Amino acid sequence: MDSIQRLGRWAIGTSERLGRGYLFLMAILAGIPSTLMRFSLVIQQLYSVGVLSVFLILISGLFVGMVLGLQGYYTLVDFGAEESLGVMVALSLVRELGPVVSALLFAGRAGSALTAEIGLMKSTEQLSGMEMMAVDPIRRIITPRFLAGFISLPLLAAIFSAVGIIGGYIVGYGLLGVDDGAFWTQMQTKTDLYADIMNGVIKSVVFGFVVTWIALFEGHDAIPTSEGVGRATTRTVVHSAFAILSLDFVLTALMFGEV
Amino acid sequence: MRQKKSTEVTVGLFVILGLLALFFLAMKVSNLTSFNDEPGYRVTAEFENVGGLKARSPVTLAGVRIGRVESITLDSDTYSASVVLNLYASFSTLPTDTAASIYTAGLLGEQYIGLEAGAEEEFLKDGDVIELTQPALVLEQVIGQFLFSKAGGNE
Repeated sequence: MDSIQRLGRWAIGTSERLGRGYLFLMAILAGIPSTLMRFSLVIQQLYSVGVLSVFLILISGLFVGMVLGLQGYYTLVDFGAEESLGVMVALSLVRELGPVVSALLFAGRAGSALTAEIGLMKSTEQLSGMEMMAVDPIRRIITPRFLAGFISLPLLAAIFSAVGIIGGYIVGYGLLGVDDGAFWTQMQTKTDLYADIMNGVIKSVVFGFVVTWIALFEGHDAIPTSEGVGRATTRTVVHSAFAILSLDFVLTALMFGEV
Repeated sequence: MRQKKSTEVTVGLFVILGLLALFFLAMKVSNLTSFNDEPGYRVTAEFENVGGLKARSPVTLAGVRIGRVESITLDSDTYSASVVLNLYASFSTLPTDTAASIYTAGLLGEQYIGLEAGAEEEFLKDGDVIELTQPALVLEQVIGQFLFSKAGGNE
């Protein structure tokens, strides 16, 4: 009986959270027009969410690309197909690794920071203070951050893929001696602008939307204690990772399922 | 609220960097690069069978890439494939009796056109036709012929 009650409590709590998250998203989206009128708020957030993540993205993109180059070469050389290294590196980065890995890094780097910031604002009653002064905290604090995350992730994913391809080229051409003409031309003939690159961009747009939403909601919904904020930050990273990976499967099935 | 100029500048740089990366992906990685090839001249070659040749496949002479396949169409009079080659202007000294064949890079690799220079004094110009062509090797046909000749030899 006790366990059934616990299950019921869990189910009710989860649906309540989902409902609150949905209402929260609606409030954010409703705040977009008035935020666009004060775009300087978004620029400030673009700096802390986007610009400060660039270095992380550059370094990880370069190394992911270099590892892909090495691993791809060792596999392909057995089939005498090491000229296809460029295709392999470019397609795996543009279709999958670029959007997914940069979204995961973004959730860890920027998402957790957003949750902690908003959770702390809530626990120090800055948000209620704003409401007292008739300033809508959603429009003043949340929506600019949402737009900033939504804009930055596609850009970061593009940077990640581009740097990764250069990393793969450095390893393939510089270290392993793959012919650089074949590397680029095979890549260019097999990579399609719309089917591959645009679908990757769409993926990163979706991830940017979801990750920032989760991060902001967790911060806004956190229990206003230091422990609550800590838990909310952890939840942001975990839930974002789940959301990214499962959405990635769904999106891939939708985009590339029927060739 | 005014913010520091440096914030705005770095955000601007970030956006430019992101767009540049997208531009790089579109131009350098995907197949949208037809206009960054150096300008060239067009030559047509008729093949009995083009196999897996595609537009943008490389055209080589002595293994060096000197152009690309621009388009492949079916000639409805001769039922052969008419392939338009776009050759770089810097290789303008191909004799008129140059031969074109379709080869495969490796056993499973992509197909390309290999040119072999002839001995004529005159050179190919824009709009000329390459007369001597050799069709793509279709592996099934070769195996079929091989088996056929084997069977015939045993009798």
